[in-house]
Amino acid sequence: MSQWTDILDVNDIPKLGARVVRHGTLDIAVFRTADDEVFALEDRCPHKGGPLSQGIVHGRKVTCPMHNWNIELDSGCAVAPDHGCAREFPIKLEGGRVWLDLSEVSRVAA
Amino acid sequence: MDMSTPMGQGPKMKLVMVGNGMAGVRTLEELLKLAPDLYDITVFGAEPHPNYNRILLSPGLAGEQTVDDIVLNPLDWYNDNNITLHLGKKVVKIDRTARAVEADDGTRAEYDRLLLATGSNPFILPVPGADLEGVISFRDIADVDAMIRASSQYRHAVVIGGGLLGLEAANGLMKRGMEVSVVHIGPWLMERQLDEPAARLLQKSLEEKGMKFLLQKQTAELVQGESGRVAAIKFKDGDSAPADLVVMAVGIRPNTELAESSGLHCNRGIVVNDTMQTFDPRIYSIGECAAHRGIAYGLVAPLFEQAKVCANHLAHYGIGRYQGSVTSTKLKVTGIDLFSAGDFMGSEGTEAILYSDPIGGVYKKLVIKDNKLVGGVMYGDTVDGAWYFSLLRDGKDVTELRDHLMFGQDHCGNLGHQGINKAATMTDDMEVCGCNGVCKGDIVKAIREKGLFTLEDVRKHTKASSSCGSCTGLVEQILAVTAGGDYYAAPKTKSMCGCTDHTHEAVREAIRQNKLLTIPQVMTFMEWRTPNGCASCRPALNYYLISTWPGEAEDDPQSRFINERAHANIQRDGTYSVIPRMWGGQTTPAELRRIADVAEKYAIPSVKVTGGQRIDLLGVKKEDLPKVWADLDMPSGHAYGKALRTVKTCVGSEWCRFGTQDSTQMGIDLEKVFFKMWAPHKVKLAVSGCPRNCAEVAIKDVGIIGVDSGWEIYVGGNGGIKTEVAQFLVKVKTPDEVLEYSGAFLQLYREEARYLDRTVHYLERVGLDYVKKKILDDHEGRRALYERLLFALSVERDPWVERAKEGKLKHEFETVAA
Ligand SMILES: Cc1cc2nc3c(=O)[nH]c(=O)nc-3n(C[C@H](O)[C@H](O)[C@H](O)COP(=O)(O)OP(=O)(O)OC[C@H]3O[C@@H](n4cnc5c(N)ncnc54)[C@H](O)[C@@H]3O)c2cc1C
Ligand code: HEM
Ligand code: SF4
Ligand code: SF4
Ligand code: FES
Repeated sequence: MSQWTDILDVNDIPKLGARVVRHGTLDIAVFRTADDEVFALEDRCPHKGGPLSQGIVHGRKVTCPMHNWNIELDSGCAVAPDHGCAREFPIKLEGGRVWLDLSEVSRVAA
Repeated sequence: MDMSTPMGQGPKMKLVMVGNGMAGVRTLEELLKLAPDLYDITVFGAEPHPNYNRILLSPGLAGEQTVDDIVLNPLDWYNDNNITLHLGKKVVKIDRTARAVEADDGTRAEYDRLLLATGSNPFILPVPGADLEGVISFRDIADVDAMIRASSQYRHAVVIGGGLLGLEAANGLMKRGMEVSVVHIGPWLMERQLDEPAARLLQKSLEEKGMKFLLQKQTAELVQGESGRVAAIKFKDGDSAPADLVVMAVGIRPNTELAESSGLHCNRGIVVNDTMQTFDPRIYSIGECAAHRGIAYGLVAPLFEQAKVCANHLAHYGIGRYQGSVTSTKLKVTGIDLFSAGDFMGSEGTEAILYSDPIGGVYKKLVIKDNKLVGGVMYGDTVDGAWYFSLLRDGKDVTELRDHLMFGQDHCGNLGHQGINKAATMTDDMEVCGCNGVCKGDIVKAIREKGLFTLEDVRKHTKASSSCGSCTGLVEQILAVTAGGDYYAAPKTKSMCGCTDHTHEAVREAIRQNKLLTIPQVMTFMEWRTPNGCASCRPALNYYLISTWPGEAEDDPQSRFINERAHANIQRDGTYSVIPRMWGGQTTPAELRRIADVAEKYAIPSVKVTGGQRIDLLGVKKEDLPKVWADLDMPSGHAYGKALRTVKTCVGSEWCRFGTQDSTQMGIDLEKVFFKMWAPHKVKLAVSGCPRNCAEVAIKDVGIIGVDSGWEIYVGGNGGIKTEVAQFLVKVKTPDEVLEYSGAFLQLYREEARYLDRTVHYLERVGLDYVKKKILDDHEGRRALYERLLFALSVERDPWVERAKEGKLKHEFETVAA
């Protein structure tokens, strides 16, 4: 059963930036693009676990700060030629507020 | 909506490609990446094979690769991409009014866009007997099959043509057990790539392998034997030689037959513009058949450049122009190392540096004009080929390197490869790229499995050679051995990144000329092709803006690499390090006490003295950073930034019995004046109190040495992957002059260097003489530079103070609980 939860105001995330949302021990990177789209990925790069929230956001991608892999925000997957995906979480934007589905998050964090 | 049609515009457009070769198929690959659903694609190929790597025909002939090994796009690839493939069908007619092509068996296909990639034809000497059985050329799989068959039945092979292709054919036939003679009209081999001394060495080593040469011989006739097959070759001077197989390798001609018969403008190739379009705007042409600005290229690398541009236009992106390529050559004969590029013969106004060791079989010649490398030939030792080629292409000023240039990059300071410089002798588990930990086996695997061709591809896939670049030569060798051939080639100008075709210089100029103040403004003005750039251009643009318009352009934290956004260095475990500034390496008991307290209070796991004479607190949690800074109450050390790092000093005349000047105070002054200085890359300074040089100034961006009568200033040193010794700039008398001259140099670097170039790279590019002109000869100019630096620094604030005490950008350091 989904468990949509109001997390924060979209303006608390810098445009072309990210915030870290912590649920238990799980860090989720919540990204905002230039066009105010939001995306949620586990804050672990599929390469060697770098914190994606700390990368540079461009278009609908983020570049990992550790070794420059490019990760697609909508799928969590690395742009070819690199391989691997960061886990994505259901997220939505309603009336300027960012909502996360914590049922999915709790399942992973457990 | 029906997703198979683009945005509901009705049926897909039809793209027909004639010629199923390397350039054409590469264009389709690029196109499918950009616009997978735009076209219904139909391909005609005269050969009965799917696209294969023509370059590897030579190793194939020599028995080092099989035909299956060299297929690039198996039939499945065409299937998977819904490409209609007509193999073994030669297109004989283009009906430009009806927009359709017709093949020799009557197959017709209509097009909205037509791509001609018909390659070239081998040139056949018009001599009697040229059409006899046993007389072939060296162009495709059929030719190689014919040669392999002949080699098992006959003995005498004659190759006409002592160029690249001819020698590779001769080598292959010899390996297949034939007795091979090479007939060549010129006075030496490969005269289009080699000068005489290099060619003689080549000839000697091929002769040692058993090849025979008939130089300066003109073929008069090929003579028929009793069986009806060719039996001998006759020359104009009356000599003759037995020949059961004759391979003609005397050059190629762009294959324009089809284009010409349909009325397209051709002139030594199908004439195309910078977007690879022919005179009929619906028809494009690329590859060896196309003549771009009068040149039909005959090597793969430039053709792939063309393919990229052509695909971009076919995909309706309409961005990118092909502006021609510089190429270089290597010969693919195992055991022979040969490299040539540019104006290797030399001409009016050039001078040559020579190295010759006939006994060791090594010969090198570098041709220099106006202090720049314009060409070179290497035989026997080609490890540095790639390096020379990049110097040549970038037009770097080599004045400073001149004395060492001949001895290669290693000699110009290069660590990390344990002296290994021959890729062939390496085992698969040996490391090639020390920066990214990539072994030879990884690279070979990626080249094979992913079908890589260029250095860029290998960099992208394996990360090898993508950092410091000192293993580039090795990677290129591995590429040559594995993929065959040589793929060096590059556009004539280097764009900033994939988001634009503009160079760093052009972008800076536009920012200055048009007073652009924000990144979006630059991107709109310069027509960036991505909506907001990438992780490589955004930090560069941010720097160019704030350094060009200090106080007016606003810093954009989201365009800074994490270290410069968090103002601390991210570590491999995601924690951060904090290095507070200690002016000139001097500290006080009170500061040390605060550092100790902070380390305990925030349970910081590691406290280390850095090589920059200060203290590093490692393992700080991001959330704690503002509190740690507040408690430390010390200035930011900028150890995380492309900025002024440390000013290392020795104890100097205050205490040292040798000291001639107060180096510590000089260092403190320099550090205080240049504090908060952002730069294209990190900047490190040092000051020693006498020539004993305890502060190691020779490897700093600016190094100062105190002498009896004043101070010596050195610039452009670097202690990194490649050690570079700083060069003497000037000697001055007073500390104020030290500040002004050093400051002016740093400002020049800040204004003119490309982002991520260290001072040494900048100096390599412009030359020390230029810097001397600007700083020593032009007094007004020097003072103006220094003034501009001081102004820029006056508007900068200490980022730690802003964040620790004024709450700037708080969100950066807070996590949200959920
Ligand atoms: C033995 C050998 C070694 C080489 N070594 C190197 C090297 O080391 N490095 C390097 O960079 N380059 C090398 N080259 C050159 C390189 O292979 C060519 O530059 C490249 O293959 C040209 O690509 P292309 O697509 O223009 O032409 P091609 O690959 O020749 O493709 C053209 C295709 O079009 C077909 N065709 C022509 N007309 C028609 C028609 N009317 N209808 C249907 N199909 C048609 C042809 O049959 C052919 O298959 C070598 C070439 C040879 C032959
Ligand atoms: C290619 C190059 C280099 C890279 C990638 C690099 C990287 C780094 C990094 C990441 C740190 C920070 C460590 C931390 O977070 O505490 C650091 C610190 C340091 N590096 Fe390097 N470094 C390079 C070259 C050099 C060279 C050539 C020298 C000296 C000649 C040098 C001297 C130092 C010093 C002295 C520090 C301590 C920081 C300070 O006090 O400011 N580094 N380097
Ligand atoms: S460089 Fe000279 S002055 Fe400085 S510590 Fe060494 S010996 Fe003394
Ligand atoms: S501090 Fe410098 S030398 Fe040491 S591991 Fe990091 S980058 Fe390498
Ligand atoms: S951890 Fe992200 S690129 Fe290596």
